[in-house]
Amino acid sequence: MSNFAKTFSSSLGKKLVMALTGLFLCTFLIVHLVGNLQLFKDDAGQAFNAYAYFMTHFTPIKVVSYLLYASIIIHAIYALIISLGNKKARPIGYAVQAGNQNSPWTSRNMGILGTILLVFIVVHMGDFWWKYHNADLPYAKYEISLDNPNDIQVSELPYDANRLVHSEITDLQAGKRIVVSKDLYKIVNNAFQTWWYVLLYVIAMSALSFHLIHGFRSAFQTIGWNNSRYLPLVRFIGVWVFGVLVPLAFAAMPLYFFFK
Amino acid sequence: MSKNMNLTLKVWRQKNADTKGKFVTYQAGHVSPDMSFLEMLDVVNEDLTKKGDDPIHFDHDCREGICGACSLHINGRPHGPKHGITTCQLHMRSFNDNDTVVIEPWRAEAFPVIRDLAVDRGAFDRIQAAGGFVSVNTGGVPDANAIAIPKVIADEAFNSATCIGCGACVAACKNASAMLFVSAKVSQLALLPQGQPERYHRVQAMVAQMDAEGFGSCTNTGACEAECPKEISITNIARMNRDYFTAKLIKQEEA
Repeated sequence: MSNFAKTFSSSLGKKLVMALTGLFLCTFLIVHLVGNLQLFKDDAGQAFNAYAYFMTHFTPIKVVSYLLYASIIIHAIYALIISLGNKKARPIGYAVQAGNQNSPWTSRNMGILGTILLVFIVVHMGDFWWKYHNADLPYAKYEISLDNPNDIQVSELPYDANRLVHSEITDLQAGKRIVVSKDLYKIVNNAFQTWWYVLLYVIAMSALSFHLIHGFRSAFQTIGWNNSRYLPLVRFIGVWVFGVLVPLAFAAMPLYFFFK
Repeated sequence: MSKNMNLTLKVWRQKNADTKGKFVTYQAGHVSPDMSFLEMLDVVNEDLTKKGDDPIHFDHDCREGICGACSLHINGRPHGPKHGITTCQLHMRSFNDNDTVVIEPWRAEAFPVIRDLAVDRGAFDRIQAAGGFVSVNTGGVPDANAIAIPKVIADEAFNSATCIGCGACVAACKNASAMLFVSAKVSQLALLPQGQPERYHRVQAMVAQMDAEGFGSCTNTGACEAECPKEISITNIARMNRDYFTAKLIKQEEA
């Protein structure tokens, strides 16, 4: 075995893979969240649909997105391999184990939380990512006044295989910009009208919160970046940004559409 | 004088590593609150011996919290309910009259049961032998304090060196991981000038032996640190990881 292969098959190496893919997924969450904030814009989804087009057609983003899919898969597979190894390390368990007296609940249940998240990711990507790429979605036509960008007339166009995913023309005579894009916004809006689907998202986001409250800090510990100067900052970001702010903002999206 | 207690003990009995064990219930009467946990077991064993039964086997030696021999998993926690002590330092005043006390051996693939509550912790010795030392060539005696070591570093190394190798960290860990033990043994030398020549070889050799012994991975739950009788910090684990990844991925001199 090469030194590289040996390093990443050691117990520490496998944890390094978990830490690095995990932190990469954390940075993705920030990007995903900031982009999705456009769902809250009162423009019938024009900005959101333009953003969806950009994210799926801009080459550098596409490259990063394949890295992202790989990270999700590697993170899950390594978690499974490590968990099986950990099971083998204690074939006979304790009759009584008071884990709650020596460690936080989140840290002992990363596997369960991660499994909930994996199921969520499959459902979530199936409903939006897959549909956007493969389903015959309707189009939205936005007529935006050049004088007043807040004056947007929206109309629906049926699916047409020959239509571009996103197109823009500026009609100076009529004084408006006409944008036609695949209407992912509508799919999002429709999906979040069902109460149990909204509930699924809220549950998944609480799993995300608990997963990251432990996971973010833990990744730094695994990498070995644990010094007294920065540890409080890492803990703060782990709990308040990734444990509270990010999951709350994501959970607000389905709730916003449901109660709108 | 405080009143004596009656306790119900559920003790793991197992003839040897190859046989299946089971819990056996014993009544411990007239337990003085001033007894240590091991003294309480001594009294139970005396009764068992008088009855002609096989006494309960458990590891013990110094009985003052320094040798690392005692090991019991008591009511779900290594070394019992108190913080920062070994089983021999646990007193029966930590329990109440009519309590049921469940006593189990350390549970880990790498710590096979020898008999009853005694487990074979030879895996720790083999990890130490793999690199947990400094090589000192003979010669003239060096002057004391010839190499200056900052106080904070000396203190940190000393804290790591307080590990008694009892295995409570493995017992407490949900993955039966030995990371706290190994990292303490790596750190106590990695922090000091005398440990530098073998620093990067040491960490790789000891981690390789740890993996070969079949210990689990680290989930950073912090259970080890919470249960360690010597209160060794998981900062050691981060330090070991840092040295290991430096050795494996960044440095090129040491193989």
